[in-house]
Amino acid sequence: MNVKNILAIKGRNVITIGPDKSIKEAIALMDAQNIGALIVLDEDQQLVGIISERDIIRAFVRREDVLSLPVSQLMTTKVITGVPQDDIHSISNLMTEHRVRHLPILSNGQLVGIISIGDVVKRQRDTYKGEVDTLQTQLMGEA
Amino acid sequence: MTDVGSALNPLRVAIVGAGPAGFYTAEHLFRESDLAVEIDMFDRLPTPFGLVRAGVAPDHQKIKSVTKVYDRIAQQPNFRFYGYVEFGKDIHLDDLKTHYHQICFTTGAQTDRSLNIPGEDLLGSYPATEFVAWYNGHPDFRNNHFDLSQERVAVIGVGNVAVDVARILCRTPEELAQTDIADHALEALRHSRVKEVYLLGRRGPAQAAFTNPEIKEMGELLDADVTVLPREARLDLLSQADLEKNPDKSTLKKVEILQEYARRQPAGKSRRLTLRFLVSPVELIGDETGQIQAMKLVRNELYATEAGTLRPKPTAEYETLPVGLVFRSVGYRGVPLPGVPFNDDWGVILNEKGRILKSEPRQPVTGLYTAGWIKRGPSGVIGTNKPDAAQTVRCMLEDLNQGHILNPIHAEVEAAKNLICRRQPRYISYNDWLRLDELEVTRGKKQGRPRLKFTRVEEMLAALGQET
Repeated sequence: MNVKNILAIKGRNVITIGPDKSIKEAIALMDAQNIGALIVLDEDQQLVGIISERDIIRAFVRREDVLSLPVSQLMTTKVITGVPQDDIHSISNLMTEHRVRHLPILSNGQLVGIISIGDVVKRQRDTYKGEVDTLQTQLMGEA
Repeated sequence: MTDVGSALNPLRVAIVGAGPAGFYTAEHLFRESDLAVEIDMFDRLPTPFGLVRAGVAPDHQKIKSVTKVYDRIAQQPNFRFYGYVEFGKDIHLDDLKTHYHQICFTTGAQTDRSLNIPGEDLLGSYPATEFVAWYNGHPDFRNNHFDLSQERVAVIGVGNVAVDVARILCRTPEELAQTDIADHALEALRHSRVKEVYLLGRRGPAQAAFTNPEIKEMGELLDADVTVLPREARLDLLSQADLEKNPDKSTLKKVEILQEYARRQPAGKSRRLTLRFLVSPVELIGDETGQIQAMKLVRNELYATEAGTLRPKPTAEYETLPVGLVFRSVGYRGVPLPGVPFNDDWGVILNEKGRILKSEPRQPVTGLYTAGWIKRGPSGVIGTNKPDAAQTVRCMLEDLNQGHILNPIHAEVEAAKNLICRRQPRYISYNDWLRLDELEVTRGKKQGRPRLKFTRVEEMLAALGQET
């Protein structure tokens, strides 16, 4: 089971923001879209960073005027990315080890989607359900 | 519109494709309490069940018992099966839109992925999916011919389909004669002169997609020795490190079995099944008549993606493997349906959670849904389609609640039946299928087999007393 199978159902609609926009705009966008992270693209549509709820909360602890800061100041610039051929096991290990919850997916350098920890959990749950169902059918000779 | 789904105005659903995904979609709809629904399921073949009938190996009967679940669903009073009715030929999207509130496509993945290497179309090179369909009696492949007089066969791929092909090629006629393998295939395999079968995996033993029960079966074949090259059974450093960090019991067991095969001494059986790892075919080489003679393989090494997935990349080392028959088993691929938006890159219907989308702009198309392999790609096992279909049905029910459904002018069950009768008077009902099923099982019993399949549509129609 790999990233391609998740993206096939999820679509390629990645919500992005420019590095010069304010944190205030970033959180409004996250709220409107009900998501936890935004991909940051510069004016050439190149991936320059990722900003998550966690980044914002952590900064808020240190300074209360966080809302007026530009996204570029808080975003993570060393973005870990995936490819459509990545398998779910690797992604789930990666997310656990590196404590990331969102993985932008690139194909030939182009952003084709984003995988969240929620996608991985759902896929693992469905895979598990599917395999258990199939094994039970086989073992019992009927369902 | 608001009372669609009530007893006086039941929700009318068309499901195109009678495999597992189609049946689970129906099951989830029937499970919905307070919903009155009438379902019509179509399949282009007279027989239902998709790959459970045409894909699962003949010597894996137990897996097929899942059809009992589908039987129970099909025998509900508000379910009708219309077999031998082809979408795009006998009925079209416009027909469905005028007769149903919602349409769900569960047509699976009808074709195979290509390798895109030179020589792929030489004589003697076939998709494994065709060989499987042939030995399972799929009517479309009844007349296919495979040159089983060749002694050396290569199967490209190490998934469970590849293993099925290799195993069937290594079974003795006596073993095959106890299964529901199609008769014409049994006869052809009786005369097989195949001696060497190779399974070629592009990654290492730890990454190979075949599952442990299938691997174990390969080591227990009556008349075939299984072997792995010791240097290919050894784990590379990246795989070792990966396993040490994330010790997965199933993978550890897989590697253990394969390493045992590398240590085995041949017991002098008639055939030999060799599992090769870290090799990819780069060219199929033919003779002057266009018949395959050999394949050029490149040796691979593994590298890790940023996310940690181990992927193959070619080295500069090559080898030539003489072979006379090649089956490529590198995946199935979906086929576009007329009038339905398709994602050509990935071979699936353009969709989001099962709602079919139009491409520009990406928005759901009212009333159109999809589930199964044609929705998410060919992945997972039979049961994986159940939660997949559940997701699609959740979307269908949400849309019903909000009134986002089609507005069929002929929503009555009889109206659809009349249309189908006009377009395909020889359609097969579920009772017709049950009759065919009974006939197959009875014929099989006489030969001590689970069933003796009908392999031509004309045979099926004749058996049902319908003249062609």
